[in-house]
Amino acid sequence: MPFRIIEFISEEGDKMKNVKRLLTYALLSFMVGIFLSGSLWAQENPAPAEPTKIEAPATSSTAPGVVAKKEDPGAAPAQFTQALLEQLGGAKVAIDTMWVLIAGMLVFFMNLGFASVESGLCRAKNAVTILAKNFVVFAAASIAFLVLGWGLMFGDGNAFFGTQGLWFVGGADNSPAMGNAYKGVYSSINWTGVPLWSKFFFQLVFAGTAATIVSGAVAERIKFGSFYIFSFAMVALIYPIVGHWIWGGGWLAKLGMFDFAGSTVVHSVGGWAALSGAMVLGPRIGKYSKDGKALPLPGHSIALATIGVFVLWFGWFGFNPGSTMAADAGAIGRIAVATNTAAAAAAISASITAWMLLGKPDLTMILNGALAGLVAITAACAFVSIPSSLVIGLVAGVLVVVSVLFFDKIKIDDPVGATSVHLVCGIFGTICVGLFAQAEFTPNTTGNGLFFGGGAGLLMAQLAGVVGVGVFVLPVSLLVWKIIDATLGVRVSPEEEIEGLDVNEHGNIAYPDFVTVTSRSSTIIAGTTPGASEEAVVREHQPAFSKGAAS
Amino acid sequence: MKLVEAIVKPFKLEEIKEALTKAGIEGMTVEEVKGFGRQKGHTELYRGAEYTVDFLPKVRLEVLVPADSAAKVVELITESARTGKIGDGKIFVTPVDEVIRIRTGERGEDAI
Repeated sequence: MPFRIIEFISEEGDKMKNVKRLLTYALLSFMVGIFLSGSLWAQENPAPAEPTKIEAPATSSTAPGVVAKKEDPGAAPAQFTQALLEQLGGAKVAIDTMWVLIAGMLVFFMNLGFASVESGLCRAKNAVTILAKNFVVFAAASIAFLVLGWGLMFGDGNAFFGTQGLWFVGGADNSPAMGNAYKGVYSSINWTGVPLWSKFFFQLVFAGTAATIVSGAVAERIKFGSFYIFSFAMVALIYPIVGHWIWGGGWLAKLGMFDFAGSTVVHSVGGWAALSGAMVLGPRIGKYSKDGKALPLPGHSIALATIGVFVLWFGWFGFNPGSTMAADAGAIGRIAVATNTAAAAAAISASITAWMLLGKPDLTMILNGALAGLVAITAACAFVSIPSSLVIGLVAGVLVVVSVLFFDKIKIDDPVGATSVHLVCGIFGTICVGLFAQAEFTPNTTGNGLFFGGGAGLLMAQLAGVVGVGVFVLPVSLLVWKIIDATLGVRVSPEEEIEGLDVNEHGNIAYPDFVTVTSRSSTIIAGTTPGASEEAVVREHQPAFSKGAAS
Repeated sequence: MKLVEAIVKPFKLEEIKEALTKAGIEGMTVEEVKGFGRQKGHTELYRGAEYTVDFLPKVRLEVLVPADSAAKVVELITESARTGKIGDGKIFVTPVDEVIRIRTGERGEDAI
């Protein structure tokens, strides 16, 4: 393509500067990488040792969520080998691993769901930026969780965060050995009999979900770079610390709080961070009239939003049933049905609520309703009966509609309703464990909730979890946003916001529908042949079409 | 009768509409258009290649008024559409020979 080369040469000055800057960045990040990995190998390279004698997983009956006592962390750790796999009864480990990985891939697919929902509910002029955020957030989450997040979350440590095996999942570990047979530093997740990297992959896609929740609430006004940085902070620090409290054997786990698949760990944490972002940013221009009335800023593609919710609903069949982290035949089908029942019930109750409150069954409310049901059942899906999941879903569907109207009223502008769906229904779902849990479903865990004769003990632990997580995540993420605001700024200028973030932040437009307005294509329409003459027109930055018409 | 035609920044449309309806204007027609004047376009990127977009999105609105209200309408649009920055747009006023309301067959100012 000769004209590209010409262009490059003639704009050499500008471009060379950019290239130099890029090279500097690349070199810097490469050096940081070398440094990090160097220190990693120095400290924590797990010495390959021969497999120790371990019991078969069938004999270790450690229940999910219960932290087994570690016997001797100093003992030579074994690595995962083929011999070890055979010792454990390879078939079960293999099937469990398949299930965990497939479920993890379904959860990964939810990134597409979030991208579709959020871009569909935003305006066309901001479609590129919201898609870009949804795309890079998983990349940021992957690296942040690999480098530090996993270690902070699942490493053995104190009641608040992990301290061992912090960097690059580099601690000793002999998974898939379970329970007392487990030798390593990630003992809080030794209740599942799958190899370490399967555990990591499954937990990683969860961390990515928590981070991607934020992007919807801060949409249409946040600087791309600032969001990027927040995503790293979120997955490297905020998410894993709370995760350690509940899933990593921390203080809430010891208190007897249960969150099966993450109504609190994933959705409330994401929701609090989303709320803090929306608070720091303030409402979008045009969201409120001069007399303070909330105005609609309709999204540009309800079709895209609908596809997104279907994808999320589908992904949730990995999110919840996969959280068994074992192909537990008795549980995964029931959990899938509980998940589906809650989503369906919530979609129905949200349509009815919207019909009654707003006069019409607003599709965006129905979509948010289904998501509300899914979020709400996430904590409870393994602990409650199917009829209970129906009730939980019905309530969540009403809750989300009222909540969207409430946040509009108190002037917290959340373009896609992420706070209402993930925070409000995440809290509600966490509380539901304390109300609807029945001991029979997942023995040796929750016991009975308040409605099934178990007293208020479990409910209190759940409430402690809700409050504890809120008191930590909201101020900390507010602080992170404030620091970013003070240094880089979080919000684009009003001019950029009005014109759309796509052109100003990315230089792209999502729908170049009126293609004849670009110089290059209008030249083609005007009849000149592509090549040097076309390039000449572009160089002059002249509106070729009108020029052609005038001559 | 006059036809007042204004090409304005899209996000100003709400404000203009409010100002005009408050002043008793009962109808208008708007369309999304693209164009350029003194305001330069911007550059966009596609797979790393830069290109210039000269035509920027604007809104054209048309208001049909009795001749003696034209000045007032122009004033209202000017006030509500102005940001003071380049690209605020232009207003054209043209005479109109005849207006017919299709439903009733009314003609002239009665049809406005």
